[in-house]
Amino acid sequence: MARRTPDREYIPPVQTLQVRYAKRGRMRFASHRDFQRAWERALRRVGVPMAYSAGFSPHPKVSYAGAAPTGAASEAEFLEFSVVQQIDPRAVRQALNAALPEGLDIVAVVEATAPLVDQLRASRWRMEWPFDVTEAIAAFAAADSVEVERITKAGRRILDVRALCSAIQMPEPRVMELTVAHAEPTPRPAEVVVAVRTVFPDLPDVPVLATRLGQGVPVDGGGLAAPF
Amino acid sequence: MGVSYPGVVQSVYPALERILPLVRKPIQYVGGELNASVKPWESVPVRWALMYPDAYEVGLPNQGLQILYEVLNERDDVLAERTYSVWPDMEALMREHGVPQFTVDAHRPVSAFDVLGVSFATELGYTNLLTALDLAGIPLHADERTDEHPLVIAGGHAAFNPEPIADFIDAAVIGDGEQAVLRLSDIIRDAKAAGTASRGELLDAIAASGVAYVPAKYEVSYLPDGRIRRVAPVDASTPWRVAKHTVSDLDEWPYPKQPIVPLAETVHERASVEIFRGCTRGCRFCQAGMITRPVRERSKTTIADMVQTSLSATGFEEVGLLSLSSADHSDIAALTKGLADRYEGSNTGLSLPSTRVDAFNIDLANELARNGRRSGLTFAPEGGSERIRKVINKMVTEEDLIRTVAAAYAAGWRQVKLYFMCGLPTETDEDVLQIARMAKEVIRTGREVSGRKDIRCTVSIGGFVPKPHTPFQWAAQLGWQQTDARLALLREEIRSDRELGRAIGFRYHDGRPGIVEGLLARGDRRVGPVIEAVWRDGGRFDGWSEYFDFDRWMSCAEAVGVDVDWYTTREREENEVLPWDHLDSGLDKEWLWQDWQDALDEVEVEDCRWSPCFDCGVCDQMGTEIQVGPTDGVILPIVQVTS
Ligand code: SF4
Repeated sequence: MARRTPDREYIPPVQTLQVRYAKRGRMRFASHRDFQRAWERALRRVGVPMAYSAGFSPHPKVSYAGAAPTGAASEAEFLEFSVVQQIDPRAVRQALNAALPEGLDIVAVVEATAPLVDQLRASRWRMEWPFDVTEAIAAFAAADSVEVERITKAGRRILDVRALCSAIQMPEPRVMELTVAHAEPTPRPAEVVVAVRTVFPDLPDVPVLATRLGQGVPVDGGGLAAPF
Repeated sequence: MGVSYPGVVQSVYPALERILPLVRKPIQYVGGELNASVKPWESVPVRWALMYPDAYEVGLPNQGLQILYEVLNERDDVLAERTYSVWPDMEALMREHGVPQFTVDAHRPVSAFDVLGVSFATELGYTNLLTALDLAGIPLHADERTDEHPLVIAGGHAAFNPEPIADFIDAAVIGDGEQAVLRLSDIIRDAKAAGTASRGELLDAIAASGVAYVPAKYEVSYLPDGRIRRVAPVDASTPWRVAKHTVSDLDEWPYPKQPIVPLAETVHERASVEIFRGCTRGCRFCQAGMITRPVRERSKTTIADMVQTSLSATGFEEVGLLSLSSADHSDIAALTKGLADRYEGSNTGLSLPSTRVDAFNIDLANELARNGRRSGLTFAPEGGSERIRKVINKMVTEEDLIRTVAAAYAAGWRQVKLYFMCGLPTETDEDVLQIARMAKEVIRTGREVSGRKDIRCTVSIGGFVPKPHTPFQWAAQLGWQQTDARLALLREEIRSDRELGRAIGFRYHDGRPGIVEGLLARGDRRVGPVIEAVWRDGGRFDGWSEYFDFDRWMSCAEAVGVDVDWYTTREREENEVLPWDHLDSGLDKEWLWQDWQDALDEVEVEDCRWSPCFDCGVCDQMGTEIQVGPTDGVILPIVQVTS
């Protein structure tokens, strides 16, 4: 459409930062795209010296690790970005928190030591129903395999949700906590609900409040070692 | 009013939260945006709910509403929250779960506020007003409301003829809202303090003050042939006419200072700074130009400050320099250059909506493109033939247009958009077919000067709707069948040339929505029942083609006995009382009539910014004056402080 304009001068990044953030309260209804826009605006507001990709339409270098779906709250979302000038992770965390709406909260900012993907192998989820689900969860926990169908653009895909779930617990009669291994693809909270209803069809189909409690690498004894 | 609302007003969020997982794009209903404001309910005596009667994605960027929100919230004795139209999926769930219309800021029920202020940019938002009232539990009809209910006050351009919604609103503010909402707040605060805040007392006080038009205080009588006999106040304290508000020094009102930054995606992902208000080019079809006179410019230093304030308050990547015709700002060259210099290399984009057909517009676009972003170029000749452009007073010659567009291609643009209207007064098929010839000439010349074969132009055309307070307020609207037939002819004419036709895109809007818009724009109080019938039959979101239902409008009009043709395709005579005559836009009716006669005679009128005053009436009537001319001061670079 338009005449090509000269490429911006490319400045290589000097530092990579990793961020852990939370989606709380009403902000759980933000989609991942909504978060991305808010995040990139916050970076600009704060004046973070972002590294841009090279090329005709440069964009800030940010990479997001598998985001929680719209409607799910989270205490442990992760992303990574690069800058062209050294910055202090603590100061930037404070400034970004002031520039983001309440509920999208930066929990920690650290300098990257290892790639995020290697440190995020599983998620701990809390799922809350508006009624007692003890029986249904017991049935789900007792099953070895529960298959759920996912329809994607590429076609149908069957995933064994139960096989990827572990450390299933019930801190309250309405609440299940469980660890879901990241896989290709990773089951979403809604698919876990479908799986529970597959083994226990009497469970009413209502919105379930899902919260990601943590992400990390599973350790012996059922816990997760968080990257930071 | 809110005074009698018992106890603390509860947030509806807990109930809302249960249905949010079930709707599309729930984020639009939760508020919590950066720069949004929530004040404690009990901390102020006057509470406004401000509504834009369309979806959040359209309503949030609306400048008018954001300005009023901020102006009101800056006051210690007032709070303002926002509410938008909910989509039908949400509406159904709200009804099922008993969730009332709520504000997005603190999720308070709209019915608990003192005022529900609704800004109508277009008449197609009327059915959405009814949805909101009904969901709020506010009776649709003003005369059924009690002291428990908010005052429903309309504003925005469509409020210059609020007669079709006269039954549903308590008052209408005409013109600029900034000072009007503050005066209304004073009236309400004082009345509450004095214990005279019953609905009747408040409306009396508002009507008598002239700050807003209170339809219930006027009686309309009709002639046997259906025309209006007269519109008269029902008592001596109510003025015969209500005048529009005009903010005279925009530098004193640099709002919004803290634009709201949405989480949801909206139609304009940018900050906006209004560089001037009003337009005196005098295009005869243009209601916006006529009703916002005179031209009042902001100085370039105020504009530059506002640009920087809104960028740092929001983190937006782009700022739009808004107005009705931005290239017309008298200091625009210095302004764009100053801003382009300041933001060079900063990833900040500047855009300037302007459709002026001249080379200067291209220079400006070039200046703004320096930063690596290029917005599209759009020109609006509006009429296809030289003759029809004289009728509408769009002073562009064919030569101007060809030369300008050629210059754009020569400067490197490969695509331009051309805007036109169809159905203008006195228009013939020939006038519209001329558009095709012009577009082909544009491509031919463009290929020549640029030496490229891949240049394109898009012809965008929509049906003309005559609007109140314009010289065309007397004109017959073209029927939708004729509009569609003419558009079909035009498309044929473009396509008939295989070679050039391929380089010309054709975008058009069919004629039917225009007829409904025309009915609502020039309707009187008898049109209200049509709106209500359409709404009861399920009419919602009429501005959206996927919801708009022409047949429903026509059958409802018939059912309530309204002759749509009488309101739309009928030409009015000089002495006919028009439904909006008692609302004073400042324009002299005799001057408008003369301008209408000049239009029919194909006589043009100059712009009063660069030629002598032609006595349209506005400045005289309103005690205002045009405020244009370059100002001193330079746009300084922003010094980036990095820690
Ligand atoms: S230039 Fe013409 S169309 Fe544009 S705002 Fe002014 S009067 Fe209206």
